[in-house]
Amino acid sequence: MVPGMIPVKGKGVRTMSDRKFIYIGIAVLLIVVLYPFLHGMVASGDTTQPELYLPSDASECIEETEYMTANHMVLLNEWRDTAVREGIREYTSQSGEIIKISLTGTCISCHGRKDEFCARCHDYSNVTLSCWNCHVTPEGN
Amino acid sequence: MERSRRRFFRDAGAAALGLGYGLPVLGTGCSFSEEGTHTEGDPTNQWAMVVDIEKCKRDEVRAACVEACNRAHNIPDIPDPDEEIEWIWTEKYEHVFEDQVHDHTPHAVLEAPVLVLCNHCDKPPCVRVCPTQATWKRESDGVVMMDMHRCIGCRYCMAACPYGSRSFNWRNPQEFIAKDVNGEYPSDYPTRSRGVVEKCNFCVERIREGLPPACVEAANGVSGGEGALTFGDLADPDSEVNRILHDTHTITRRHSLGTGPNVYYII
Amino acid sequence: MLEAAFRGSKRYWILLGVWSTLILIGAISFSRQLTEGLTITGMSQDVSWGIYIAQFTFLVGVAASAVMVVLPYYLHDYKAFGKLVILGEGLAISAVLMCPLFILVDLGQPQRFTNVLLHPTMNSMMFWDSLALMGYLVLNLVIGATTFDAERKGGPPPRWVKPLILLSIPVAVSIHTVTAFLYSGLEARPFWMTAILAPRFLASAFASGPSLLILISLTLRGLKKFDVGREAIQKLALIVAYAMVINIFFTGVEFFTALYSDMPHHVHAFEYMFMGLEGQNVLAPWMWTGMSIAIICAVLLIVPKFRANERFLAILCVGVIASIWIEKGMGIVVTGFVPSPLGKVVAYTPTAPELAITAGVYGIGLLVLTMLYKIVVTVRERQQVM
Ligand code: SF4
Repeated sequence: MVPGMIPVKGKGVRTMSDRKFIYIGIAVLLIVVLYPFLHGMVASGDTTQPELYLPSDASECIEETEYMTANHMVLLNEWRDTAVREGIREYTSQSGEIIKISLTGTCISCHGRKDEFCARCHDYSNVTLSCWNCHVTPEGN
Repeated sequence: MERSRRRFFRDAGAAALGLGYGLPVLGTGCSFSEEGTHTEGDPTNQWAMVVDIEKCKRDEVRAACVEACNRAHNIPDIPDPDEEIEWIWTEKYEHVFEDQVHDHTPHAVLEAPVLVLCNHCDKPPCVRVCPTQATWKRESDGVVMMDMHRCIGCRYCMAACPYGSRSFNWRNPQEFIAKDVNGEYPSDYPTRSRGVVEKCNFCVERIREGLPPACVEAANGVSGGEGALTFGDLADPDSEVNRILHDTHTITRRHSLGTGPNVYYII
Repeated sequence: MLEAAFRGSKRYWILLGVWSTLILIGAISFSRQLTEGLTITGMSQDVSWGIYIAQFTFLVGVAASAVMVVLPYYLHDYKAFGKLVILGEGLAISAVLMCPLFILVDLGQPQRFTNVLLHPTMNSMMFWDSLALMGYLVLNLVIGATTFDAERKGGPPPRWVKPLILLSIPVAVSIHTVTAFLYSGLEARPFWMTAILAPRFLASAFASGPSLLILISLTLRGLKKFDVGREAIQKLALIVAYAMVINIFFTGVEFFTALYSDMPHHVHAFEYMFMGLEGQNVLAPWMWTGMSIAIICAVLLIVPKFRANERFLAILCVGVIASIWIEKGMGIVVTGFVPSPLGKVVAYTPTAPELAITAGVYGIGLLVLTMLYKIVVTVRERQQVM
């Protein structure tokens, strides 16, 4: 199983080649860890926020915009679980409004353009968007 | 919002816990106290179906049922029988009721076509084995549910189902769903992705709206098919299914296994 | 200590290169499987588990079999196994590492595998199996590392590992028991639903694992690296002989129950394995070969004279491993699906990409095994010099 080998140097002895390996290792580790930041620094390109297609007949989503921007994925997952698993199809918003839990019925009735809404932000922030792999894609028109 | 936050922390906590050995047990405790066991136990209501084999002998009746289901649930039409997805389909009597036939059973009976689908068992083996609760028995009405978001595609449930009622998506099913002229799927029921298991859901999306399952409606729409399939609640003493079960001799598939199927057959 | 794994002769690196090539080939096929789906495998709606799950089953056995050296050494203070124990633990570690990998490559949605822990489900044997396997891995890593380190320093292992060692014995038995329960608890599959499946799995594990250890020990000695001692090898051979006889006995019991009762569901499975059903008989030649080898090896292993001849013993060990691999790694899993609940007889043959992925996972296991053994051998050699 294990072919011939040279016994390693005694404990505690650090040789030149050891050091070389250590430095290389540290360098590789640093590059891997810092890569995203370095990439962000050197990558040129448009960093202005994506422009989203928003419904003209409503000023606010079911919760405050700020909350939705930050937490829509949490909310959607919660909706998913309560609707699919517990059969609960009503959601009470912060303001006390009762909203129907339905991706197609509620969300899409306003945000009916995947390409100009969901995808814009997700592409911008490079986050995979998986809802529309299965749910009927809102193409908008 | 509070609720979201709580859930988030719970999930994040569980994820962190899950990383260490021994700790999953703790996570289990937490999840159990929060979610409760959604598995077995007596549901308050229990949807059931009665299939009249005689009335289903006509090809048009069965075809209408299968077609209605396929369209209602965007079921792909995969030509390779090894990868076919089936929710409701036809099998020969001798295969469906293996223990009801013998050497002298007439050929016509052996070959008789029988509609088969998920039995929404009282004690579903698929639910018992699923490691993620992606499939579970709904307490409110006894439907054996599937959560396509959660299924990891281990296919343990397929090994456990004694009726062959479960299909795995070996490949991306969407390419095999016929779209109409506008490029749209037959219905807005979510399609499935590659790598998950699916099966008949007793049309939960329709019974929620007070409609009968698509296959039942379709059978009733074919002349001569009226009453081929009957759907109703076993907990309701006045339901049509209860009336039939009370008056007629019906059988279920592989009764001796003790799974307690809720699809009954009039022979 | 660990640095020994990164230094070595040309032969050592070539060996690592071979394993890495396997891994690479496997990775390429796996990325194909990720994009196209499990359609690239030979599995189907009717035979929905195949070679991945079968390898998983076989390897859980190999992992569990470490108990056959751990138990005599630690519980009965059987000194002759002193040098062997670490090899057994190394084998267990690499085998138990491959197990979850084989599950992972079998999943339709591998990125969701954490769901098993996020939504722990007490009634699923899969959940208990994951727990037992993880526990066994951790135990073996901790035990192996601490005892070996202590030995290297020339002192006794710390006292706190002793309870862990004792714990690892029932855990080893449990991993294979729960793995058998995955199958034997399914009323849908009469071929698997037999109370003797777990004992049978254990018996075949205790034959195949120690056989592997014998082969490994003989190889290491042949390479003049490391000698576990003749007595240890002979004792292992005796274990293999007993385990193999018990394994064959258990299989015979199965045969009797099925064939004597003549119940169709039970007979069909055996018919499929050895004769084929409806013209489908891909398994038959394998099963006949496997069974013949098993019986011949068992008979020869019982004779002390044959066991004592190490060359001959090595051949017998290869036979034992091959026959058990055929039985567990192909026969048992696939046959459970035939005929299907709807009476269909569907053949299963693994496809090329499926075999490549399988080879890739074995590559990972062998890479880990080689590196672990390299460390062991190097440290031991250093001790001898001193
Ligand atoms: S395939 Fe999905 S539903 Fe079936 S047992 Fe596995 S996780 Fe559960």
